[in-house]
Amino acid sequence: MIRVTLPAHLRTLAQVNGEVHLQVEGPITQRLILDKIEANYPMLRGTIRDFNTKERRPFIRYFACGQDLSDEALDSPLPEAIATGKQPFRIVGAMAGG
Amino acid sequence: MSTVRITVGTRKGAFILTSDEKREHWNIEGPFFGGWEIYHITGTPTDPNRLYASQSSGWFGQVIQRSEDAGKTWQPVGNEFAYQGTPGTHKWYDGSQHPWEFKRVWHLEPSFTDPDLLYAGVEDAGLFRSADGGKSWQELAGLRAVKADLWQPGAGGMCLHTILLHPDDPNRMFVAISAAGAFRSTDGGNTWKPVNRGLRSDGELPDGEAEVGHCVHSLAAHASRPNILFMQKHWDVMRSDNGGDVWHEVSGNLPSDFGFPIAVHAHEPDTVYVIPIKSDSEHYPPEGKLRVYRSKSGGDQWEALTDGLPQHDCYVNVLRNALSVDTLDSCGIYFGTTGGQVYASVDSGDHWKPIVRDLPAVLSVEAQVLS
Repeated sequence: MIRVTLPAHLRTLAQVNGEVHLQVEGPITQRLILDKIEANYPMLRGTIRDFNTKERRPFIRYFACGQDLSDEALDSPLPEAIATGKQPFRIVGAMAGG
Repeated sequence: MSTVRITVGTRKGAFILTSDEKREHWNIEGPFFGGWEIYHITGTPTDPNRLYASQSSGWFGQVIQRSEDAGKTWQPVGNEFAYQGTPGTHKWYDGSQHPWEFKRVWHLEPSFTDPDLLYAGVEDAGLFRSADGGKSWQELAGLRAVKADLWQPGAGGMCLHTILLHPDDPNRMFVAISAAGAFRSTDGGNTWKPVNRGLRSDGELPDGEAEVGHCVHSLAAHASRPNILFMQKHWDVMRSDNGGDVWHEVSGNLPSDFGFPIAVHAHEPDTVYVIPIKSDSEHYPPEGKLRVYRSKSGGDQWEALTDGLPQHDCYVNVLRNALSVDTLDSCGIYFGTTGGQVYASVDSGDHWKPIVRDLPAVLSVEAQVLS
């Protein structure tokens, strides 16, 4: 089981509380997680990554295991702790002051 | 007794204000979608319980919401706005060509007859149509065939912000784009013609009478005379008596002819409202006085409406979608400010009161009478 945390606005939009849990098989990658999230929560399509290019939206970051994985390749394997559910894959709204 | 509903979109959520037809006491609900920018929230003419909202954010992009119970609950519907074909480029601020990029929905316009049919005006400028209540969207790409490489973003972005549907002829419609101008379709949006003859933008364009490129801020028409159009341009208040074929200026004695919204009285087709702003470099009212101006002669002669509005130290703006009228016998006029006030007049503008004072900056106001 993969654990995913969403920003508060996306939890509201998806009508979920707390972490999202995903059942996925195979090597765990960002693409696999994002595809599964969008399949399970279609209202999130376009809010994390662009509809067409599938690129991460500019003010979205991906954190896990104390690392910023935002610029890692979509098909690179994620850390084992994510694959085993020990650590969550964190989708984060980037900081913006003002 | 009728109910009046004012839907208000703000920088940080949506609000729904309701009152009976006396419009003395208002119930304020919201924020809906707290923290998101609501560029537009509107009811449908044929089904008062059906509402649509454009919800967007710099972080999470565009969401379209629909309510079937007058705003009590909402469901996200389709938010995929894909330009048809290869969208090409438009003029950028530095004069170079810039790729078309979808940013947000500025305006949603439901049809007069079918609650599932609506149009969306978007940035970068384009017009989309949904025939399934917002679940899916198709671009009416013929609009961008009209010299779109010469369109350019205004300071607020290159947005399609105004959609005027004809009350009886579903094939006829107008749209307005900043900074491209006004356009007319007579075949349901498949093909378009620029209708900007008579506009003068000498301060903004190298050719002040160019066919496209004008910064039109909003359009309005009365349902009984859909071929008589009023326009608030960047500078100049304009009028066309022939469906946009030719425009002439009706700014008359306004203290400034810069502004954003324009509206027509519900029952008096020659009574028009604007809210002058000092200039394009000072987005606040002249002399710090918030004044609605009314013309009862279809333009040129304007009177200041000030009773109940702040007449000193007022430096708010009123944005292009933030002025609306209701259809009660004593016509109500409503507008929202960037300072978060929503003002109402229940007597065609003679007297004003704030309904609410401290909302986030108001982006849009729509009035609807529910029987």
